[in-house]
Amino acid sequence: MKTTDTATPGVESPGSPGGSGPTVIKTVAPAARKESKSEGAVLNVFSHGVLIIWAIMVVMPLLWAVMTSFKTDRAIFTSPWSLPDGLHFENWSRAWSQAHMSDYFLNTIVVVGGSLIGTLLFGSMAAYVLARFDFPGNRFIYFLFIGGMSFPIILALVPLFYVMQNLALLNTPHGLILVYIAYSLPFTVFFLTAFFRTLPTSVAEAAFVDGASHTRTFFQVMLPMAKPGLISVGIFNFLGQWNQYLLPTVLNTEQDQKVLSQGLVQLATSQGYKGDWSGLFAGLVMAMLPVLAAYIIFQRQVVAGLTAGAVK
Amino acid sequence: MQHGKYRFIVGFLAAPLALYALFVIWPFIQSIYYSLTDWTGLSPEFGFVGFDNYSRMLDDEIFWKSLQHSLTLAVVLPLVTVGLALFFAFMLNVGGRRRRGAAIAGVRGSAFYKIVYFFPQVLSIAIVALLFQFAYNPNSGAINSALQLVGLGSIQPDWLGDPDLALLCVMAVLVWSTVGFFVVLFSAGMASIPRDFYEAALLDGANRFTTFFKITLPLLWDTVQSGWIYMGILALGAESFAVVQIMTVGPNGGGPDYSTVVLPLYVYQKAFRDGQAAYATTIGVALLLVTLAFAAIVMKLGRRERLEF
Repeated sequence: MKTTDTATPGVESPGSPGGSGPTVIKTVAPAARKESKSEGAVLNVFSHGVLIIWAIMVVMPLLWAVMTSFKTDRAIFTSPWSLPDGLHFENWSRAWSQAHMSDYFLNTIVVVGGSLIGTLLFGSMAAYVLARFDFPGNRFIYFLFIGGMSFPIILALVPLFYVMQNLALLNTPHGLILVYIAYSLPFTVFFLTAFFRTLPTSVAEAAFVDGASHTRTFFQVMLPMAKPGLISVGIFNFLGQWNQYLLPTVLNTEQDQKVLSQGLVQLATSQGYKGDWSGLFAGLVMAMLPVLAAYIIFQRQVVAGLTAGAVK
Repeated sequence: MQHGKYRFIVGFLAAPLALYALFVIWPFIQSIYYSLTDWTGLSPEFGFVGFDNYSRMLDDEIFWKSLQHSLTLAVVLPLVTVGLALFFAFMLNVGGRRRRGAAIAGVRGSAFYKIVYFFPQVLSIAIVALLFQFAYNPNSGAINSALQLVGLGSIQPDWLGDPDLALLCVMAVLVWSTVGFFVVLFSAGMASIPRDFYEAALLDGANRFTTFFKITLPLLWDTVQSGWIYMGILALGAESFAVVQIMTVGPNGGGPDYSTVVLPLYVYQKAFRDGQAAYATTIGVALLLVTLAFAAIVMKLGRRERLEF
């Protein structure tokens, strides 16, 4: 683009517009420098203030939840903001065993594990073929997949419920896995198609000339090369599937098949669990901590994975 | 590379395409067809009724309410979220004290802020909604108790129970949980803008606000626009469903006097609570049209000359 790189009168020309930072700054007249410095200082205080306020607003509810999970029910209602009178770990153990949090965790791990593997396998297979091979219908199939990104899932849910019912897939983990895979394919195919296009063709061609079949070339040459892309899109899908609420709410209503998010919501609303607020908070924090911990550890990859599709 | 090419293509596309067609494409096509029938969803029999469901929908007061709420979300949420995120991202990347030799600088600790702001994004929207349902509790929730602590005990709103406030409370939660994602997204975009542009502008005497509107925003426009659409789709779809369904209970769900009912929630209620599957898909088709119209309008309004750098 064109920028305003004309030199200001009275200021020594910085030479080429692409000149490095330091030389440019040194040429600014003293008065101008002083003025912008004070502007910078005020701005610095202001921006730190605003940023800290938002940071507190983000962290407070989470800390509050952690604190509340260690309180007695009485303390939760009488003094919501005071520190707990002791660390009531029994809330946690009660939530884990009696409130079925352990079951919800296990169900979620099974469903997300299965669908993540399936999503990456099927997504990369379809994306590879669409990115690398020319055949009639290629564009059509590609746009068929991509179109799924902009449709509201809720519209398909009503008929989907009956499709699942007819196939006896309602309230089964494998049914949920298949649906998760299907609804993860649009973004996965979109992302991986672009990714496979950027990989060099020469390696795959060499492998093929050496006598490897297309299938073998894909699994032994292309997939290892696509690892960074698979990790990005894998993290994206992991978070999406782990946090999924709408699909299991409709397709998975059996008590002992529930996944984490819907199990927690059910605990909060169910009659049977009424009164045990501390246990509920313990369950809530239990569900929050693993993803937060994973995020802090793999922070770079998570951000890269989540923003990869949106930044050009 | 011709040998066995078509067999390979078919073999690799068959499974993904079959799954996708069975669980995504086919239900979408079916739902448009069902919207023209009187299917209850409970029994396999149904008859073709033409556009009866559509004319019924136009007379349905709750449909109009949910449409109005969904449209409000689709307009207000992107405006607030994208605006706040741009503001924060600009602060993070340009708002810092000028260090020796650099024309612009991010604030100290900007990496830390980005990590913290992103927290809500990795949490399940269901968990976020539950958490805030407790926080909004009028009697012993965190927010009213905090008001009391700072001496504003006389102001004790009923938050989710107040028809005038409930939708605002829902929106606040959605903003809270999504701003961080856009801050990180826009920061990445801003970081890729060459520094010389800022240096040249500052030399010409431009202040930070001018540089934001003349340099940062135009160069970030593509990202802002896709963020805008993403946020709108989210506000019309699954996220708003989860927040409203979990947070605002009310006698019928959707808050006191239907004050927070949104289109996806209304579809869900009609289909799985009231046994009116055909009518539910009709509302779903309306939701689809609203979503597509929204995306089209944003793209049309946002079309500008693409800037390359």
